[in-house]
Amino acid sequence: MRRLADLYEALDQTTSTNAKVDALVRYFQQAPPEDAAWALYFLTGQKLKRLLTTKLLVGWTQELTGIPGWLFEEVYASVGDLAEVIALLLDALERPAETEELPLSVWLEQRLLPLRNLDAAEQRERVVSWWKAMPRRELFLLNKMLTGELRVGVSATLVIRAVAQVAGLPPPSVAHRLMGTWTPTPAFFQQLVSPDVSDGHSSRPYPFYLASPLEQPPESLGDLADWQVEWKWDGIRGQLIRRQGGVYLWSRGEELITERFPEISEAAAALPEGTVLDGEVLAYEDGRPLPFALLQRRIGRQKLTPKVLAEAPAAFIVYDLLELGGKDVRELPLRERRAKLEALLKDRPRFPISPSVQAASWEELAKARGEARERNVEGFMLKRRDSAYLTGRKRGDWWKWKIDPFTVDAVLLYAHPGHGRRSSLYTDYTFAVWNGTELQPVTKAYSGLTDEEIGRLDRWIRAHTKEKYGPVRSVEPEQVFELHFEGIQASPRHKSGVALRFPRIARWRTDKKPQDADSLDTLKELLDARG
Amino acid sequence: MVTVELPRYLNEALSSSQSLPLITVTPQGLYCAPGHFHIDPWRPVERALITHAHGDHARGGSHRYLGARAGEGLLHRRLGADSVIDTLEYGERLSINDVTVSFHPAGHVLGSAQIRLEHQGEVWVVSGDYKRAPDPTCAPFEVVRCNTFITEATFGLPIYRWDDTRLVAEDILKWWDANRATGRASVLFCYALGKAQRILAELARLTDRPAYVHGALHSLVAVYREAGVHMIPTQLVSEVEKGTSFAGALVLAPPSAGGSTWMRRFGEYETGFASGWMRVRGNRRRRGFDRGFVLSDHADWPDLLRTVADTQAERVLVTHGYTDPLAHYLRDSGVDAAPLATPFEGEAED
Repeated sequence: MRRLADLYEALDQTTSTNAKVDALVRYFQQAPPEDAAWALYFLTGQKLKRLLTTKLLVGWTQELTGIPGWLFEEVYASVGDLAEVIALLLDALERPAETEELPLSVWLEQRLLPLRNLDAAEQRERVVSWWKAMPRRELFLLNKMLTGELRVGVSATLVIRAVAQVAGLPPPSVAHRLMGTWTPTPAFFQQLVSPDVSDGHSSRPYPFYLASPLEQPPESLGDLADWQVEWKWDGIRGQLIRRQGGVYLWSRGEELITERFPEISEAAAALPEGTVLDGEVLAYEDGRPLPFALLQRRIGRQKLTPKVLAEAPAAFIVYDLLELGGKDVRELPLRERRAKLEALLKDRPRFPISPSVQAASWEELAKARGEARERNVEGFMLKRRDSAYLTGRKRGDWWKWKIDPFTVDAVLLYAHPGHGRRSSLYTDYTFAVWNGTELQPVTKAYSGLTDEEIGRLDRWIRAHTKEKYGPVRSVEPEQVFELHFEGIQASPRHKSGVALRFPRIARWRTDKKPQDADSLDTLKELLDARG
Repeated sequence: MVTVELPRYLNEALSSSQSLPLITVTPQGLYCAPGHFHIDPWRPVERALITHAHGDHARGGSHRYLGARAGEGLLHRRLGADSVIDTLEYGERLSINDVTVSFHPAGHVLGSAQIRLEHQGEVWVVSGDYKRAPDPTCAPFEVVRCNTFITEATFGLPIYRWDDTRLVAEDILKWWDANRATGRASVLFCYALGKAQRILAELARLTDRPAYVHGALHSLVAVYREAGVHMIPTQLVSEVEKGTSFAGALVLAPPSAGGSTWMRRFGEYETGFASGWMRVRGNRRRRGFDRGFVLSDHADWPDLLRTVADTQAERVLVTHGYTDPLAHYLRDSGVDAAPLATPFEGEAED
């Protein structure tokens, strides 16, 4: 555990990428495989299934420190991280100078995981006895594991780079071995760093290649003929695997969603052995995508009743071919992969290929982009025809050229402190538009301001607070912000009757007065226009 | 135009008690009506009593000032040479109109004081900023018994607890040594008045290696040296010959120097910040420092509670920082406590 705490501290104390990789390499060289496997598990963003409720942890902390509930709330609002709050408060306890050191794997396998099968009294007894015998930084990590939110603030790419360096393997091989479901065992870690490259796990997906947002004019990309243009479908990016008699559908979040989409997995059983496709899961009917909201509703359902399946039938629109006949074809240029894909899917209408959009010039294409909303798509994908299928978000070969967002001018009404590094600032805002003569809250938004603007707004909020409700403050309705959003839906759950999709702050409109803000009616017209 | 409303509890206090409160809040700041003077006013007044020389307590423009003699040098530096500044020794009494005033060490920075007011047998103490932890650069906090205690609450949440200063100084030295070993400069940000000198003095127990200082600290370090505070040797960064390498050096600078072109001369460096705010990880990450050293010139939560108890005050008013939680907690523990609203809010300097 101490070694992990050292690693965490080293990662936390530097902003340099190289220093982070060095610290990771040091860790993986020194840690025994059974510990390294668990560290890797957390470093790659995986979480333990809930061992106990956070409410219990909060309650025990209050009992041990005599901090009343309201004060705990105040502290939490100012720190923004439950594991840290508990670790800081428990500093009030007397603790021994010398503490017992147990390996990470022992902590997890013999201490933490068994907690799940204990009753609350026994859980309390154990956790409290650990708390009383740990130094703060290890106690903080323990809390992070208990609350299931141990994020370390290094990207998967860096972790992969470090493991690859330790193993003497190319990073893509490590990335591939890390995909899919794995359990943190010594055997897994040894296999991960083993030089034998003939390994293969039938369910394991390839890392996704992600497009970057196009910020420059498309003309700067050169000749349009060098680019394959597709609509940017608004669904769930997925990878469909047909190997060794099985079918696996992975989401981009590396979640196995095969069971959620039976119509896709059944159709995929008919694909030839050793096929891997990249594509998008869409609600789809009669050759046309349905609005994303329908798919979202289906994801939200616990049970897939025939009614749900009929309301939102799903299809897998294919983008790319990653494996053919059991052979990794990601290195081939896109035009060759596309030709093989067309040949493969020629007589398979259940797997439509995302059509390429034909246009004579960038200008003509820009015009066609205007149809995107009617088509229920988000814009265009631009893929260089000679590009390989890369890993992660690498700029240069794949771009997403999204349509302009919707905008609304709204008034700041409430502010809430942020989390993590923003916990001492008011960074989460609720915005309102006019409903007659009243301001009606319509949405929250968190991102979009610069650090400088956040600081300035924070000071304004503190000086113009009307009332405090715990950590939330209502402010004078004076500041107008231009918000951008990607979509709007009717929503009976919101008092305003509408819900905005991906709202974010575009600009602080200091030039506008609150009376210049938009009205709820304007938003509702947008709703009607969208059907 | 800033307006300050008279807080509701004071109105209540006014109607419920027979005598006028000794101190009220006016648009100019804390005001003692019977003595006809202000304490740490934020606007110019006729007569200002000053607890210490930090910018949010000692503001220019008033007709005349009264402060503790140990802080005279700093007050002149802060308020300008032309200001009329009278001083009293710690504990020395002076009658102003009907009120007896005296200054008592607050342990915050050099010359910092609590101000004791006595009027018709009733005693009020305005703490200013204070700490109980030992500090080689200033006189230790003195407990003053009183009827009403006005306390600060900069770190008035139970997560704020300070480690032994010596351990923090050792950590700073270890960090400096580690950076020396890799040929990097160690740029340590800290507030120019008080914290910087305290660090230099704490380090003097461990080493006699010299440190570099930013111009904003330099003259203040000189005032401390004149007052007889022992610190490691310092050299002004801007007096270093052009082209000198700062590899392995320790540099003390105010936080405002961070990210400025002034930093370029240090080549490869790590940054640290010494402040009570560094107790919370998010604060350090938000401000982008490599290292945070938890070192504060304010009382931590246990010391705020201990001090309130030590003064044996019947009533406590809480100002600066986490006023509401501290007042609430004290009330729940049976102390007659209320927040005292001032126009300062947000993260105080430390």
